[in-house]
Amino acid sequence: MNALKTLAGAALALSIAIGGAQAQVLFWSTQARPVEETQKMRSEVLKAFNGQVDYQVAEDGPWLTRLQAELQAGSGTIGVLGGLHGDFSTVGADLVDLSGVDVGGVKLNEAYKKLGTLGTGEQKYLPWMQATFLMAANKQALQYLPAGVDLNTITYDQLIEWSKNIAENTGSPKFGFPAGPKGLKHRFFEGFLYPSYTGSMVTKFRSAEAETAWNKFKELWQFTNPNSTNYAFMQEPLLTGEVWVAFDHVARLADAFNQKPDEFVAFPAPAGPAGRGYMPVVAGVAIPKTSPDMDKAKALVAYMLKPETQIATLKATNFFPVVDVKLPDDMPASVKAFGPTITTMTGAPDALPALLPMGLGDLGGKFNQVYVDSFERIVLGGQDVHGVLEEQAAALKALIDKAKASCWAPDKPSEGACPVD
Amino acid sequence: MHGKALPYLLLMPATLFLCVFFLYPFALVAFEAFTRDGGFTLDNFRTMAGNWKFPVAFWNTTLLAAIVVPIQLVTALLMATVVSRLETGRGAALYIFAIPLGISDLAAGLIWLAIFDQSGFLNTLLSNLGLVDRPVMFLGYQSKLTIFIAVVLAEIWRATAIMMVILVAGMGLIPREYHEAAEVFGASPWKRFVKITLPLLRPSLQTAIILRVILAFEVFAVVAALGGTNLPVLMGETYNWQFSLQDRNVAAAFALLILAISVGLTLFFLRALRVPKEARI
Repeated sequence: MNALKTLAGAALALSIAIGGAQAQVLFWSTQARPVEETQKMRSEVLKAFNGQVDYQVAEDGPWLTRLQAELQAGSGTIGVLGGLHGDFSTVGADLVDLSGVDVGGVKLNEAYKKLGTLGTGEQKYLPWMQATFLMAANKQALQYLPAGVDLNTITYDQLIEWSKNIAENTGSPKFGFPAGPKGLKHRFFEGFLYPSYTGSMVTKFRSAEAETAWNKFKELWQFTNPNSTNYAFMQEPLLTGEVWVAFDHVARLADAFNQKPDEFVAFPAPAGPAGRGYMPVVAGVAIPKTSPDMDKAKALVAYMLKPETQIATLKATNFFPVVDVKLPDDMPASVKAFGPTITTMTGAPDALPALLPMGLGDLGGKFNQVYVDSFERIVLGGQDVHGVLEEQAAALKALIDKAKASCWAPDKPSEGACPVD
Repeated sequence: MHGKALPYLLLMPATLFLCVFFLYPFALVAFEAFTRDGGFTLDNFRTMAGNWKFPVAFWNTTLLAAIVVPIQLVTALLMATVVSRLETGRGAALYIFAIPLGISDLAAGLIWLAIFDQSGFLNTLLSNLGLVDRPVMFLGYQSKLTIFIAVVLAEIWRATAIMMVILVAGMGLIPREYHEAAEVFGASPWKRFVKITLPLLRPSLQTAIILRVILAFEVFAVVAALGGTNLPVLMGETYNWQFSLQDRNVAAAFALLILAISVGLTLFFLRALRVPKEARI
């Protein structure tokens, strides 16, 4: 009798536990991973949602592994997904069509909304927030800026000259680059260096222009703090003064501006012969087919797009809104510094937007590796530029062909797989 | 009947555990390593061996094991001898030597990172002593040798104790009579160590070396903390292929290679340090 009672009690406790778990929506995200940002997402952004949210972050690999496991099992606990455009392209077929989600009167960025269809007729994800990469400089570095250089129209040659001046006058190289294992170096090569010199990301991978680009970068590397191969977030070396001029994602520069607003300036990415290449970063929210509570998940997606939520998200993560919204005056110093700079960069006459890779599916990691390997071999290993590009181009071609991915901006749209000349 | 079945029944849980959590995943990994898109293929191994980082990772790992394990063996023997001789405070000495064992390998890597970092303890010390003007970068991509030495130091610091613990236990098993007899005949301490302790310690040495060699080929977190991607090792590449490059098949090929090396070396040491049945204590 007693045993039965215990058993019944246990069953009851279990059902309560399960019920409790289901009342929460699991928001499984690759974004806002730094602990402070995750905490702010929970305590400030998601608190006002009617119904509890369990915001959990994971690195891209584990994020995808768990999602795929749930999809394969046919049932899961993940309610809503948060990730970059590239994260979703892998699992597009298993995402719910969100075109029916009622977002109220909110006006979404149309271009990003179209990206969210992943080339299908369905709204696979809805844009959630956006960011890009910028340059940041310590104001002490400005005195070494070569005469006649305007930061807003800076070129790669001018950046090299400037970095050289700084290195020669201060005795140590002070350009900084996030080349550590967790740094976003691949985005620099894909979205900034290549487009600026070749006007292309993929097609002209091993062109003569590409060789020039790598040689220019090698030149810049001489004036780059060698500790760069350990950097992940440039805000840290900027704050310690190890680095005076740096390139990074806005969310990874923000702390420097927020902690010492008067010491840093933000400026657009440099331009090369083919234009001012830059990469907009779009994050989105999606719902997997295995989501346990579809209505609640859709409500959460709509909640993420509300103007108040978007502003709270900006404060928490330094990712900018994707909906029409007027920013209040009490924004952090980083937002005040980055907002106008982003406008300048994206509105420059020579602006050349380069999108994140599309249609590569789970080959996205290998695509990045092609650029990272080229960097490690050419710049760190000192191998011959031409030879390395030939070899890496073969790897690039193989994986583009395998994915049958057609070209994306800045490469011209192609029929069939994007060619690597 | 009960008596005969009992040992097997007692072995059942462990066997089941091994089957579910080792043999089954192992079979899955082996399957992944030899297939791609549903068909049997050796492509994964070709991709692995053809990657430009593979030879570097392979030699780094091998070299690390070849340097770390012998140093650890000698140090562990020394420490074990000291501990075994102690009359008082034996327990305390054992505990102190074993402290690094209680620290996870990533934490150990981070401790050594705090020492070698550009703004770390070593640089602070050097600049306070006036030996350097500006912080030296020990772990930069240009100084692979320093990274290597730092990893060797961290590994020795972290994992020597596990060999020591095994050897101390082994030394405890050697009957005192042998030593006493040798002493009566006037054998020097060194001679007693070489002629009595070492040969009788063979089973423990075997266990300690095998365990340590296997762990040496699985070195990962310490290297990741100290060298990032500047010092590729096999386990790091496995992780990279699985999570950054999203290619489970090639990652599985790496895992199988590490397993093959471990099994090969285990068999080698089982044979090389074999103790005939009649010679066991």
